[in-house]
Amino acid sequence: MESTTATHDDHYHGPASGIRRWLFTTNHKDIGTLYLWFSLIMFFVGGAMAMVIRAELIAPGMNLVDPMFYNQLITVHALVMIFGAVMPAFVGLANWMVPMMIGAPDMALPRMNNWSFWILPIGFTLLLMTFFLPGGAPASGWTIYPPLVLQTGDAFPFLVFSIHVLGISSIMGAMNIIVTIMNLRAPGMGLLKMPIFIWTWLITAYLLIAVMPVLAGAVTMLLTDKYFGTSFFDAAGGGDPVLFQHIFWFFGHPEVYIMILPAFGIISEVIPTFSRKRLFGYEAMVYATAAIAFLSFIVWAHHMFTVGMPIGGLLFFMFTTMLIAVPTGVKIFNWVATMWRGAMTFETPMLFALAFLFLFTIGGFSGLMLAIVPADFQYHDSYFVVAHFHYVLVPGSVFAIMAGVYYWLPKWTGNMYNEFWAKTHFWLTAISVNITFFPQHFVGLAGMPRRIPDYPVQFADWNMVSSLGSFVFGISQLIFVAVIIGCIRGGTRKVDDRVWEGSHGLEWTLPSPAPYHSFDKPPEVR
Amino acid sequence: MAQAEGSYYVPHESYWPVVGTIGMFVAVLGASIWLIGMGHVGVPVTLVGAAIILFMVWGWFRDVINESVSGTFGALEDKSFRQSMAWFIVSEVFFFGAFFGALFYARMFSVPWLGGEGANFFTGLLLWEGFEATWPSHGPGELGGDFRAIGAWGLPAIMTAILLTSGVTLTIAHHALKDGRRRLLNWGLFATVALGLLFLCFQAYEFYLAYTEYNLRLETGIFGSTFFMLTGFHGLHVILGTLMLIVVLGRCLKGHFTADNHFAFEAAAWYWHFVDVVWVLLFIFVYMI
Repeated sequence: MESTTATHDDHYHGPASGIRRWLFTTNHKDIGTLYLWFSLIMFFVGGAMAMVIRAELIAPGMNLVDPMFYNQLITVHALVMIFGAVMPAFVGLANWMVPMMIGAPDMALPRMNNWSFWILPIGFTLLLMTFFLPGGAPASGWTIYPPLVLQTGDAFPFLVFSIHVLGISSIMGAMNIIVTIMNLRAPGMGLLKMPIFIWTWLITAYLLIAVMPVLAGAVTMLLTDKYFGTSFFDAAGGGDPVLFQHIFWFFGHPEVYIMILPAFGIISEVIPTFSRKRLFGYEAMVYATAAIAFLSFIVWAHHMFTVGMPIGGLLFFMFTTMLIAVPTGVKIFNWVATMWRGAMTFETPMLFALAFLFLFTIGGFSGLMLAIVPADFQYHDSYFVVAHFHYVLVPGSVFAIMAGVYYWLPKWTGNMYNEFWAKTHFWLTAISVNITFFPQHFVGLAGMPRRIPDYPVQFADWNMVSSLGSFVFGISQLIFVAVIIGCIRGGTRKVDDRVWEGSHGLEWTLPSPAPYHSFDKPPEVR
Repeated sequence: MAQAEGSYYVPHESYWPVVGTIGMFVAVLGASIWLIGMGHVGVPVTLVGAAIILFMVWGWFRDVINESVSGTFGALEDKSFRQSMAWFIVSEVFFFGAFFGALFYARMFSVPWLGGEGANFFTGLLLWEGFEATWPSHGPGELGGDFRAIGAWGLPAIMTAILLTSGVTLTIAHHALKDGRRRLLNWGLFATVALGLLFLCFQAYEFYLAYTEYNLRLETGIFGSTFFMLTGFHGLHVILGTLMLIVVLGRCLKGHFTADNHFAFEAAAWYWHFVDVVWVLLFIFVYMI
C-alpha cells in the first residue's frame, strides 16, 4: 500500500468494510467512535465494581466479599474509571469534534491517532487480567503508594506496564491534538477565535504531555525497587516512601485538571447554545483555564498534608491550592452570566450542564475545606474526601461527558435522541448521584475512614442510603445506553445541520450526520 | 501527488498501528511473565514482542519515507511532524525530570532527614543512630556494602567531550545539508554516529568498572539507584538516538533530503541535542556536585 498511497487522491475515500474499518482506520470520526464506545464499556466495568463496593457497604459487618478482594475492587475501580472511562471519553470527544470545530479535514497525524486508541484495550487487558493471577489484582488503592504496593503479588508488573501503556496512549493522543489545533485551523480562525472546547483541550493536552511521563517515571522506580534492588522508596538505602507521593502527585494533581478542563469546555459550549447568547467573558474563560493549568503544577502536596512536611511546605501548598478557587470562580460566574437574561430552554444537554454547575461547585467547596491544612488533618483519608472527589468527577466530569454526548449525538448520527427517555435518564441520574454521594460527607465528617470494607454501626443509616442511591444510579445508566442506541438506529426524527436553535460554530455548518471527511476545503472564518 | 492548495494529506487505512499494538502487548506480557519468575517463558516472549515492534517501526517508517520521497507532504504536514517531535522531546524531558527530582529529593531532603536534620532530630537519634548524612550515600542500612563513587574528571569528562563533539559534528552536517555539500554531510553524520558508538563503549566500560572496581551497583542504596537509573536511561536514549542517526545516514547516502526538506534529519538532530543536554546535566548533578 505504501506505493499506492502516493498515487491516490486521498481525500475522497470512504470507510473500509467490516472489521478492517475499525482496526486500520485513520479517520478521526471512526477513532472518536472507538474511544467513546470503549469509554462506555469501561464505565460499566468500573461501575460494576462500584456496585459490589456499595453492596458490601450497605450494612456494617462483612457482607459480600473478603477484605482483600474489596481492596482490589476499590483500586481497579479507580484506575478503570480514570484511565478507562473519563479520559478516553474526552479524547473521543476531541477526536470527533476538534477537526469539525476548527475546519480541518482530519486529525494531523491520523495513523498515530489509530495507535493511540488501540493500545488502550491492551493496557486494560493487562490490568484486568490481574484479577485472575495468583495474589489477585493490585490492592493498594489507585495511588499505588509504596511500601504497600510493593506487597502486590504477580499482578505487580502487569499493573506497572499497563500504566506505561496507557501513558503512551495519552501522550500520543495529546501530541496529535496539539498539532491538529496549531496547524489545521481554518484560515481566519485566530487563537482567540477558537471555540472554547478547543482551548480547554489544547491546555489539557499540554498537561498530559507534562505529567504522563512523570507517572511513567514513578512506576518505573516502583518496578526497579521491587525487582532490581533499587531503594528510591526505601529509607534503609537513603530513599523515602514520601518521595513517591511527591512524584505521584506531581502527576496526580494536573491529572485532576486533565479530567475537568475538557468538561469545562463542553459546559462552555452547551450553556451558550441553550441560553441563546454568546459565552460571557470568552477571553477571561481562556485565561482562567490557563491559570488553572499553571496552578495545577504547584499544588500537588495538598494531597499529602499529613505525611509530615515542613510547615513552610504546608503553608505554600495551602495558599496555592486556595488560589485555584479564583480562576474557577471566574468560570462559574461567567457561566451564570451567560445564562443571565438568556432565552433559556432545558433540553437534556442543558439539564446536565446546569446540574454540573450546581454539583461541581459543591465539589469545589468541599475541596476548599480540604485545602485548609488543620481541617485537612481531620478530613484526611475519610469518606469526606471520597464524597469530595466523587462530586467533582461524577456530576463534574461524567455529567459534562453526558451533556456533550447528548449535545453532539444528533450531529454525529443525523437523528434526534428520545428527549423523554433522555430526561428520565437525567433526573434519575441527578437525583441518585446526590443520594449516593451527599451522605458520604456526613459519615466522613463523623470519622468513617475510606478504603475499609467494614464500619461501626453509627454509620449504618447513611451508608444504607448511599448504597441504595448508587444502585439507582447504576441502573439508570442502562437508559443512557438505550437512548444512544435508539438514536443511532433512527431516533425520533431527522435533524437539520444546525440541530439546536442557538448553536454556533463550524461543526453545525456540516451536514447531519457529519460526512466521513470533515472539511475537504477549509471554510473561511470571519 | 501535487497537493491542492490548502488540503492536508490524510493517509489511507494502515495496519502498522495494529501491528505495533500486538508487538507492544506481546512484549510487556513477556516482560511481566519474566518478572514474576518465569524467565524461560517470559524472555523469549518479550523478544518476539520486540521483534514485532521493530517490524512495525521498519514498515511504518518505510511507508512514511516513501510518501515523503514521492512528494506527498507539503509545508503543513512538515510543520505537524516537527511540532509533534518537539512535543515528544518535551515529554522525554519530563520523564527525566522524575528521576532528577528523585536525585534532588534524596540529596536535599531524605538523606539529611535520616541523619537527623531539621525537625528530624529523633529520626536520626532513635531510628538510625550513628548515621551520618553525606553524599554519596547508600543510606543508613549501608545497602550494597562499601562503595566508591566515580569521579567526574576521569571517564565521565572524556565522555562529556565525546558527546559535545558529536553535537558539533552533527551541526556541521546540518549546515552542509543546507548548503548542499553532500560529502561533508555524510562525513559529519558518520562522525556523529561513530562518536555516539564510542560514547556507548565508554559507558559500558564505566558500568563494568563500577561493578568490578568500585562496588557501585544498582543495589547500592539511593546513590546506586539514582546513578544507574539516570545514566542508564540516558544510555538507552543514546542508543535510540544513534539508531535514528544511522537510519538518517543511510537515507543521506541514498540521496534523500534537500536543503529545505529534511524533517527526519532535524528530528534526529533535535533528539541528539536533547540527549546531549541531559548528559551535561548528568555530568553536573551526578558526577561533579
